[in-house]
Amino acid sequence: MIGRPVTVEKFRDAAFVAIEDARLQSSLEGATGRFRSAREAALAELPDSDALRDHFKQLREATLAQLARHLETFEANAVKAGAQVHWAGDAQEASRIVLDIARSRGVEIVTKSKSMATEEIRLNEALAEAGITPVETDLGEWIIQLAQEPPSHIIAPAIHKTKEQVADLFSRESGKSLPAADIPQLTAEARRMLREKFLAAGMGVSGGNVLVAETGSVVLVTNEGNGRMVTSAPPVHVAVVGIEKIVPDWRGAAVWLSLLARSATGQPMSIYTSVITGPARAGDPDGPEEVHIVLLDNGRSRLVGTEYEEVLQCIRCGACLNICPVYREAGGHAYGSPYSGPIGAVISPLLFGLENYPALPQASTLCGACLDVCPARIDLPRMLLALRAEEVERRLLPWHERLAEETAAATLARKRVMGLSGKALRVLQRPFAKGNHLHLPERINPGNGRKLPALAKKSFHQLWEDGEV
Amino acid sequence: MPKTVALFVTCMVDQIMPEVGVAATHLLRRLGYEVAFPEAQTCCGQPFYNSGFRKEAANLARRAIEILEPYEAVVLPGGSCAAMIRLEYAHLLADEPDWQRRAEKLAVKTFELSQFLAREGVELRGQAAGSPITYHDSCHMCRMLGLKEEPRQALTAVGYTIAEMAEPDRCCGFGGLFSIRMPEVSNAMTADKLRQAQETGATTIVTSDPGCLMQMRGLAEGVEVKHLAVALEEATRRQGEGVTR
Repeated sequence: MIGRPVTVEKFRDAAFVAIEDARLQSSLEGATGRFRSAREAALAELPDSDALRDHFKQLREATLAQLARHLETFEANAVKAGAQVHWAGDAQEASRIVLDIARSRGVEIVTKSKSMATEEIRLNEALAEAGITPVETDLGEWIIQLAQEPPSHIIAPAIHKTKEQVADLFSRESGKSLPAADIPQLTAEARRMLREKFLAAGMGVSGGNVLVAETGSVVLVTNEGNGRMVTSAPPVHVAVVGIEKIVPDWRGAAVWLSLLARSATGQPMSIYTSVITGPARAGDPDGPEEVHIVLLDNGRSRLVGTEYEEVLQCIRCGACLNICPVYREAGGHAYGSPYSGPIGAVISPLLFGLENYPALPQASTLCGACLDVCPARIDLPRMLLALRAEEVERRLLPWHERLAEETAAATLARKRVMGLSGKALRVLQRPFAKGNHLHLPERINPGNGRKLPALAKKSFHQLWEDGEV
Repeated sequence: MPKTVALFVTCMVDQIMPEVGVAATHLLRRLGYEVAFPEAQTCCGQPFYNSGFRKEAANLARRAIEILEPYEAVVLPGGSCAAMIRLEYAHLLADEPDWQRRAEKLAVKTFELSQFLAREGVELRGQAAGSPITYHDSCHMCRMLGLKEEPRQALTAVGYTIAEMAEPDRCCGFGGLFSIRMPEVSNAMTADKLRQAQETGATTIVTSDPGCLMQMRGLAEGVEVKHLAVALEEATRRQGEGVTR
């Protein structure tokens, strides 16, 4: 979570920067567009993707209803397989657990595969403060690490970067001049630089896409293969995973995996699906000596039994970001949270405090496109509405907005008062009304360049009363 | 006896674009309905519901229920307000079982205009003139009420040709208070919508929601933004058109 609250002003300012950046707009629109069409095609390949999503929703609902039981089963089976399971109540505790493991093994370099949970707990900062060097090895994550920026998309963290910007970053890191036009050379150079880190790392840190309770396994879904290097090359592997990512058995995991990559990138499955069940066994040619699984709560269990419980069904596929018309203009950074887009607008206030993210529930037209594409059919618009109501109850809105809303509602509750206010406003608007629009001086135009409508000469009520309908 | 329908014009049509209400009335009369206008009506409460002012919204909802429930059918020239009454009233009034029951009764007899025409099996006929139009699906109408075909069928029946946008159901950027709370984002969304409309070659965008209409008109240049009721009324204006039932 960031320092200053993400207010409406702050969101507007950051979104404005994104909107004015033509290169950013074209990479955003290009990438989200490719994700959208690939998702549609991939779901269409299934015999009945709607029925599968219904089934998945029921599975997620039923699992979360028994969350504690499934987590305990997971722990018992993971321990049986030789892994060590840690329970982290909050971000600080999770970071401390990872640091303690690193310190006990004298680790200097940590390689990481892409993980939203470690973004959430800001693990890289904690590692760096302790004198340990974290190296992101997912290409997108590495790019933003080099740029010292937060991710702007759940599955494509560097979606806002152009190839020119990437070439600059890689050139600086490698000390060579790398041309943006030669993408194979850029990736080859990244591979070379990261390979050195893989060999030097004393510990690998990953997230986890699915926790399978019946075998105590962590499933990791990646496309670049770096995840396997992170989890198998160093002597210690630590997986930091949110407690909600659990499924009772492999039948359920199969459903999960058949929807995850399809919804995310539009692949039937990602290139690598790794299953990690404990450390290397005697006779295994490779694999870590120690496997630690950090089960991260950080505000999740608090949502169980509330009207927001449904949000725990999220599998972080990012489909809602790709379809969201607000995200597609504002980009991810405006949300001021590792979680952006519609899901971020709901879970950031829920996990990190509504008072810290008052703008996010407002950063939506409630268009409902997110609900349409969600593999777990999470009703995000309904939760945005609930959060808005909470902002009203907790008086997190500016006083003048509250006053305006209450006055407007009181006016509309009485037809006569509405009629009189309408007449008064028709007099007041006279100097500005031309045709159907108000021509307000731009500095007082709340539409910011968009013309607001003028009130009609006669309301429909008036026309009806005058017998003109 | 012709069937009587109550027209709920919506506050935006009432105050800003009454010609939409006039068109809806004329169209319905032309199709043989008796149109009643319950004069106590104001606002369905949606603006307040959507900004989290639930007490205020519930107050307006109860008021609208009282005013509208005596009628056999209620028609609205707007999908968003229709969705509010059809789907949200029951949630909003969940803590008041008696009101919730009344909300549910009203919900099933409340219709967006094209939904009403489709449901009644009205066979529209008309003579729309000119080049192709494009149709913008307003969010609540297409995703909450599932009305994508109904407005298109009505438009096609009266003679319009529809040139579809790449994303006809992509939000126009309105979102109620959102449009003035975050005007930069809102306007960027509208600009994208208008660009897509322009790419179809159509010079008229037809939509069913007063909110979308107002939003797009605020930035539209060289393209006309027209309400569905107006488009249908204009095309059925000639004597004898639009009357088969």
